[in-house]
Amino acid sequence: MGFEGIGASVRRKEDHRFLSGRGSYTDDINRPGQLYAVIRRADRPHAKILGIDTAAASAAPGVSAVYTGAELEADGVGGVPCGWQVHSKDGSPMAEPPHPVLAIGKVRHVGDPVAVVIAATRQQAKNAAELLVIDYEDLPAIAAVRDAVAAGAPLVHDDVPGNVCFDWHIGDKAIVDAAFAQAAHVVELDLTNNRLVPNAMEPRAAIGDFDRSSGEFTLYTTSQNPHVIRLLMGAFVLHIPEHKLRVVAPDVGGGFGSKIYHYAEEAIVTWAAGKLHRPVKWTCDRSEAFMSDAHGRDHSSKAAMALDAQGKFLALRVSTLANMGAYLSTFAPAIPTYLSATLLAGVYTTPAIYAEVKAVFTHTVPVDAYRGAGRPESAYLLERLVDVIAHDTGLDRVAIRRLNFIPRDAFPYQTPVALNYDSGDYQATLKSALAAADWDGFPARRQAAAARGKLRGIGISTYVEACGIAPSKLVGQLGARAGLYEVANIRVHPTGSVTVLTGTHSHGQGHETTFAQLVSDQLGIPIDQVDVVHGDTAKIPFGMGTYGSRSLAVGGSAMVKAMDKVIAKGKKIAAHLMEASVEDIEFKDGRFSVAGTDKSKALAEISLAAYVPHNYPIEELEPGLDETAFYDPKNFTFPGGCHICEVEIDRDTGTVTVANMVAVDDVGRVINPMIVEGQVQGGLAQGIGQALMENAVYDSEAQLVTGSFMDYQMPRAHDFPPMITSTENTLCTHNPLGSKGVGETGAIGCPPAVINAVVDALRDYGVRHLDMPATPQKIWSIIQANQPRMAAE
Amino acid sequence: MPQVSLTVNGRSHTAEIEGRTLLVELLRENMGLTGTHVGCDTSQCGACVVHVDGESVKSCTMLAIQANGAAVTTIEGIAESDGTLHPMQAMFREHHALQCGFCTPGMVMSAIDLVQMHPEGLTEDQIRHGLEGNLCRCTGYHNIVKAIAAAWPIMHGKELPLAAE
Ligand code: FES
Ligand code: FES
Repeated sequence: MGFEGIGASVRRKEDHRFLSGRGSYTDDINRPGQLYAVIRRADRPHAKILGIDTAAASAAPGVSAVYTGAELEADGVGGVPCGWQVHSKDGSPMAEPPHPVLAIGKVRHVGDPVAVVIAATRQQAKNAAELLVIDYEDLPAIAAVRDAVAAGAPLVHDDVPGNVCFDWHIGDKAIVDAAFAQAAHVVELDLTNNRLVPNAMEPRAAIGDFDRSSGEFTLYTTSQNPHVIRLLMGAFVLHIPEHKLRVVAPDVGGGFGSKIYHYAEEAIVTWAAGKLHRPVKWTCDRSEAFMSDAHGRDHSSKAAMALDAQGKFLALRVSTLANMGAYLSTFAPAIPTYLSATLLAGVYTTPAIYAEVKAVFTHTVPVDAYRGAGRPESAYLLERLVDVIAHDTGLDRVAIRRLNFIPRDAFPYQTPVALNYDSGDYQATLKSALAAADWDGFPARRQAAAARGKLRGIGISTYVEACGIAPSKLVGQLGARAGLYEVANIRVHPTGSVTVLTGTHSHGQGHETTFAQLVSDQLGIPIDQVDVVHGDTAKIPFGMGTYGSRSLAVGGSAMVKAMDKVIAKGKKIAAHLMEASVEDIEFKDGRFSVAGTDKSKALAEISLAAYVPHNYPIEELEPGLDETAFYDPKNFTFPGGCHICEVEIDRDTGTVTVANMVAVDDVGRVINPMIVEGQVQGGLAQGIGQALMENAVYDSEAQLVTGSFMDYQMPRAHDFPPMITSTENTLCTHNPLGSKGVGETGAIGCPPAVINAVVDALRDYGVRHLDMPATPQKIWSIIQANQPRMAAE
Repeated sequence: MPQVSLTVNGRSHTAEIEGRTLLVELLRENMGLTGTHVGCDTSQCGACVVHVDGESVKSCTMLAIQANGAAVTTIEGIAESDGTLHPMQAMFREHHALQCGFCTPGMVMSAIDLVQMHPEGLTEDQIRHGLEGNLCRCTGYHNIVKAIAAAWPIMHGKELPLAAE
């Protein structure tokens, strides 16, 4: 075997099945006797439900049942719970209005589920759903955050005044105000972070199943965290105890956050399976996904930086309106607050920061984490602001960043907004990115482009983010209603092969390979002797799932801890077998040896002795070699880096072409460089998508205008140049691997770099800022509006 | 109900279906060939691409009945009978051109057709534009483009005249 351990670009174990069409995604699963559920959703944003006539639908061919919110409520089905409670400035808890599984009394966004039809075939269920007659009384609706907080705005929930879910803050306002009063310059910027639809390529799906003999429910679902779904749905919605509820998340076709949350459809199919004693399957259409998958971003912010005469940042003040949508999704309240405002120091030494976040309800799909979850919003705000500071003061964009960087020797670094960064080297990633992007050669390229009639710009962003969520005690204090440790079980089988059970979940990240490499490296066995199992609550002891780039930093650390236990027990067995003392046993490259002798035993010999304990210290030691560890992280991890984008704009059409995209990231210890590169490339594509094309648009009446791939521009292959990616790593100091996480860096660092490049390309047109996405129409309009001035120059 | 007879991955198959049944529904639900995926309802994502009489087709956009008498190849049918991967499958693995794997079957089927249609060579730009009908949310396409360029010489048995990168 070639080198397969930590640091090798091992080709993925999971690929053969995916490439041969043998993946097993939720919609590929069919249970005997299965029925099909189709959900009738609100086609309007806000209305009273005066009545639902189910007679024709119930009588339609093949229909087994039609259920509305009333039936579920009567049966004691609870609302969809929120997993994070944020408190307002005045100490009061956030408003947490009910989120019924099927609408009761009112609908509050286009796509709000109203009724479910269950039939023998999907087509029959679809046909019957059309026959439901829903009598609505339309009510006024709002979609934009600024409209939601305007005086007299229609209320999303009658008992939530002003549509304000919470009004939160962080930092010391008095110190910040004092710094502003003394500042040589103050630079202000208003900006929005555009609303996005995650659009994992696999639409969501769920199958509920009920076993009449055992009384056990099984839910197959497109989830990033099956144990969390079991916890939320079992305890809060359907009141099924854990031992009677199994949640399976098989192969999942991408998540990007959108498959973290507990969704109503999961509860509907599970509940209906119990009622009908038949499996019930629901598969989301893409158009349905646009109005039912949690959306991302949608922040509107005002930012101001106070500077001294040299350009040193003295204080930052930020005020954000964050759109929650119509109901609170699982992690929604944490995104603009603890996952965003806490990152507002960025990579800079800004000594004083004050941020306020007002979270508001609107008549839109719930908003929650999407790749980056809060950190892209803070990185975008800061990195745009820094460029605007350079623009307004005439300071150089790179020099001002360098001047304000947290220096390499300042770690651990306590920011004024709660986080304590353990490690990083922002000068190193910057230097390396400037070289890779040939920053100094840019003026020549700009000139060459101008000769071709094109506008060329270059943009930079230097960012830090927080991954590896997170110490349970800390997040508990911040309002999380769960612990955020991770669990691993290392099962060494009698003949020495290993099954790894992990509470994380892979939906594209390649865990089956990366974790096998990690185990192979530590236990000294080939990776084909290691299988990684995830996504089934009946197999895995427990776990909190995959999001926030936590799988390796937290889940991998749990594996290391479990392997340490395996090795410690193995040493005792080896000492017995080789008649040595435990202290003299060393473990290396898969062998236990007696120090200073040539006596040694392979892991497989030790495991065999553990399971066939004929010659075994049975008085002191239990048989078996199977260890579980729960790892609770000591801190977040802090990946960071520098992204540089170069764009070219066609004057006649306003089209932006990405000419070059460079990312140099610090992700800590890398297990599989090939997979890390792939993660960065995918993140960059989503970042460029956000910056240049993606936008979830609601009209002024809160109708969703971008409701399919026809209207929502997804990035395609020809939207990108080849991407230049590399890493400059410093190690995480508080987990056993030194790994930080890589899943989101691309989507976090990239959007400001792209917009900074676009603004740079338009520098002769008097542009100080423009909001994402930088569509051809927007840019064409800017060029047109400024042409007379240009002509005069 | 109308009857459809076709060959799928070399095996003949006859089924009674509703007239409105889509080819992808026949493959997935009637024949259990779940390698072909459905990622949208507007014929835009390409997760459902199969070959019908050698040409790539979005199977969500074709009625099963239209494939009557045709030879259909799906992702399950392109490896050798001994399990050896098709060069395109092998290069996707080699170049890490898949992450979650959901777009992959359609992407591979489109890519094979693209390479077959261009015996004269393929530039990187042609590959990127050739993937117009296939969405991938995971990879950023970078490695998919690399994999296709790497499969070209193997499939055509000669050097790629215009290097893709
Ligand atoms: S399923 Fe999207 S194009 Fe066929
Ligand atoms: S690999 Fe996930 S969509 Fe392409």
